[in-house]
Amino acid sequence: MEAVKTSALVKRYKTLTAVDGLDLEIRQGELFSLLGVNGAGKTTVIKMLTCLAKPSGGEALVGGYSITKEPEGVKSLIGVSPQETAIAPNLSVKENLELICGIHGFSREKTREKCRELSRQFSLDGVLGRKAGKLSGGWQRRVSIAMALISEPRILFLDEPTLGLDVLAREELWEMIRGLKGRVTIILTTHYMEEAEALSDRIGIMKNGRLLAVGTVEELNRRAGTRDFERAFVAIVKEDGV
Amino acid sequence: MRMLTFAKRCAREILRDPINLAFGLGFPLVLLVLLSTMQKNIPVHLFEIDTLTPGITVFGLSFLTLFSATLIARDRESAFLQRLYTTPLTGFDFIMGYMLPLLPIALGQVVICYLFAIPLGLTVSVHIFWAVLGSLPMAVFNIALGLLCGSLLGVKQVGGICGALLTNLSAWLSGVWFDLALVGGGFEKLAYVLPFVHGAELEKALFQGDLGLAVPHILPVLLYSGGVTAAAVVCFLEQMKKQ
Repeated sequence: MEAVKTSALVKRYKTLTAVDGLDLEIRQGELFSLLGVNGAGKTTVIKMLTCLAKPSGGEALVGGYSITKEPEGVKSLIGVSPQETAIAPNLSVKENLELICGIHGFSREKTREKCRELSRQFSLDGVLGRKAGKLSGGWQRRVSIAMALISEPRILFLDEPTLGLDVLAREELWEMIRGLKGRVTIILTTHYMEEAEALSDRIGIMKNGRLLAVGTVEELNRRAGTRDFERAFVAIVKEDGV
Repeated sequence: MRMLTFAKRCAREILRDPINLAFGLGFPLVLLVLLSTMQKNIPVHLFEIDTLTPGITVFGLSFLTLFSATLIARDRESAFLQRLYTTPLTGFDFIMGYMLPLLPIALGQVVICYLFAIPLGLTVSVHIFWAVLGSLPMAVFNIALGLLCGSLLGVKQVGGICGALLTNLSAWLSGVWFDLALVGGGFEKLAYVLPFVHGAELEKALFQGDLGLAVPHILPVLLYSGGVTAAAVVCFLEQMKKQ
């Protein structure tokens, strides 16, 4: 079974069609990137798949649950790290982790265990007692992704996870995301080509709400007749008209 | 359980913000000292400590609107709410989570105001207990107004509308600072259409132990509390859907 399957998914905002008839299949355990320039519709796709926005047409199944008819089922399977920083700023890092544990109804023992596990996995030990709002952008993003993983999701959505981070913070976050590969299906949106190339099993290229191409980096390069992924991206986007 | 976890988080966010403490608690206490000192030098009945304290406690509650509205607006703008909307928390959990922690904060604020006024000469009696309880409907009104504004406005707008406009309206139209009859006319009529003066008069009456004086003000305060709470719930759920 696919982790995500969309059929003719559409989202309209008044006169603007943000997502236009999206047909997509994402396999379980893969890291799939939605790549596109700003305004391509990537975040809107994520919002629909995470039940934050209702589709104007079409349907999508996430982990076998319909996003329109079974949002509770979808929510029980997913973890989301939104594009903007989504942490409680006046709470410590540990309290942020405990908050999400509490919201998912974990026992005190499981909460302790989960906080220990995620602190180790994300190297948060040194900042556990610090106020989350006082951390650098890179650390906040790291905490945000750790929070998304607390519920042990089968599918993790990362919306522009390295947006606004410096090169070092981005490299560290990539390393962390690579560490998650295989254990959980990851759907990542980005407009950085090198990010999609470095992390993804497969990439979907979006423009003006439409999916132009899907494949591995090699497949997309082959399709565009180039060895350079950036050129492949530009060629595929230009095929559709500038 | 989920709701309580979220409520605990909201309480922490509010109590750890030094500006909240400075305005919510510091400002009313400074006013008590200043106005009661003024009263000693130039006697004004309105500023006698037994009259002033109940009014100031009700005025202090208007800062709860700013606290709750700022928290909700900030959560909306920072995508924190978006994250929580993808968890099993329900609309009820969110609304109660935002409103509940502010009630003990409001009670604490009122109790501290009364305790602070004792060394300034406040008459100590069992009526203080009823006055503290009687402040609850106005606390609910202010908290719900915060939920309403936080659901509709951004952080900057909340600062202007709840921080400046509402606190000033609450001050001018409550009859705490000056006798509304001195202005009279449309101003006085408008004041009695709004809940602020009723809240202040109810509090004063309960502090004096005069139920007869309290009765005319109970219904307007309850109606405003209930009405604003209902509007706040509708608006919050509506913005939740739009997310």
